Amino acid sequence: MLAGLLNLVSRKSRSSKDTAKERLKLVLIHDRANVSPQFLEMIKGEIIKVIQHYMDIDEDALDIQITRTKNDEGNGIVPALVANIPIKKVKNSGK
Amino acid sequence: MGEVIVITSGKGGVGKTTTTANLGTGLALENKQVVLIDTDIGLRNLDVVMGLENRIVYDLVDVVEGHCRVKQALIKDRRYEGLYLLPAAQTRDKNAVNPKQMVKLCQELREEFDFILIDCPAGIEQGFRNAISGADRAIVVTTPDVSAVRDADRIIGLLESSELKNPKIIINRVKPDMVRRGDMMTIDDIIDILAVDLLGVVPDDEKIVISTNRGEPAVTDSKSLAGQVYRNIAKRILGENIPILDVQSEEGFLHKLKRLFGIKNAM
Ligand SMILES: Nc1ncnc2c1ncn2[C@@H]1O[C@H](COP(=O)(O)OP(=O)(O)OP(=O)(O)O)[C@@H](O)[C@H]1O
Ligand SMILES: [Mg+2]
Repeated sequence: MLAGLLNLVSRKSRSSKDTAKERLKLVLIHDRANVSPQFLEMIKGEIIKVIQHYMDIDEDALDIQITRTKNDEGNGIVPALVANIPIKKVKNSGK
Repeated sequence: MGEVIVITSGKGGVGKTTTTANLGTGLALENKQVVLIDTDIGLRNLDVVMGLENRIVYDLVDVVEGHCRVKQALIKDRRYEGLYLLPAAQTRDKNAVNPKQMVKLCQELREEFDFILIDCPAGIEQGFRNAISGADRAIVVTTPDVSAVRDADRIIGLLESSELKNPKIIINRVKPDMVRRGDMMTIDDIIDILAVDLLGVVPDDEKIVISTNRGEPAVTDSKSLAGQVYRNIAKRILGENIPILDVQSEEGFLHKLKRLFGIKNAM
């Protein structure tokens, strides 16, 4: 009864196509580059470490994925590592 | 010199054969010389979709094995000027042909035809490799569901790594009502994920089933929505700049389509 109710609530708040898109994005990270989610987590950890020397970032909102992008000549598509890293504050120590 | 276009998908049953039949006929209606090649050896279907199943004498395997000349195996579609079909063999398997033979065949057909459309079998094995080997460009067909899009992504990756750069995508069987309810991924969602150019959006249309029953491609039916979309895609292949309709409009995809084409009760 409770489970059914919860299900109903969560379904209302999120359309099934958004779930589809989110799941696809995750599964394609693996399909495309043959890298595991753990591997991406490792890269993510290292990137955070380096960037934190220079700025405060929002770690929870950090998004990293493997996608495709047009190459420079515009005649082909190459895999790309895309990281979206929200910056809270740039530190001054770099100056 | 003609152009060789392979129509592929990864996942089965998403509409490759339907697309090949309609685009081929659409291009013939635009006064082009067109040959359709069914490479789905052992599971041929393009012949029945085109309504030419009773006229098969020789097939693709007969041609590559040298049992007949290419000309002898081509079935001329008497309804549409300039349209021909090279059927697949039904009693052999995909290994009866190899990529080298396909390249040679396409090379020969290029001399005579403006367009050579290749209907690819499902999967990523020998049949797929045969189908893409002689092609200049590729069209990937998908439906808006998770498994078809995932497989399309895999196919795009394989095409890219085999020199078929910039494949274009056709999204088939879109149900505008479901899209509006948020229960089907939008065109933007799919393009966002696949990161390739969109060639066309085909609605789910009963007329496709009806026209397949009759063996007359929907593209020739002026009252069919999907038919109208295929006519537009054929023009796009010829380089005409025709806008793709927006599924997410308030007004609704179908209404917009109908209004645009002056169709009153199409579905
Ligand atoms: N836009 C559409 N609206 C309604 N039905 C469709 C549409 N497109 C395809 N179909 C139907 O879906 C079924 C599969 O289509 P089709 O045979 O073209 O797919 P395919 O990708 O060639 O399949 P296979 O992988 O087995 O070769 C057919 O019954 C066809 O009539
Ligand atoms: Mg087929």
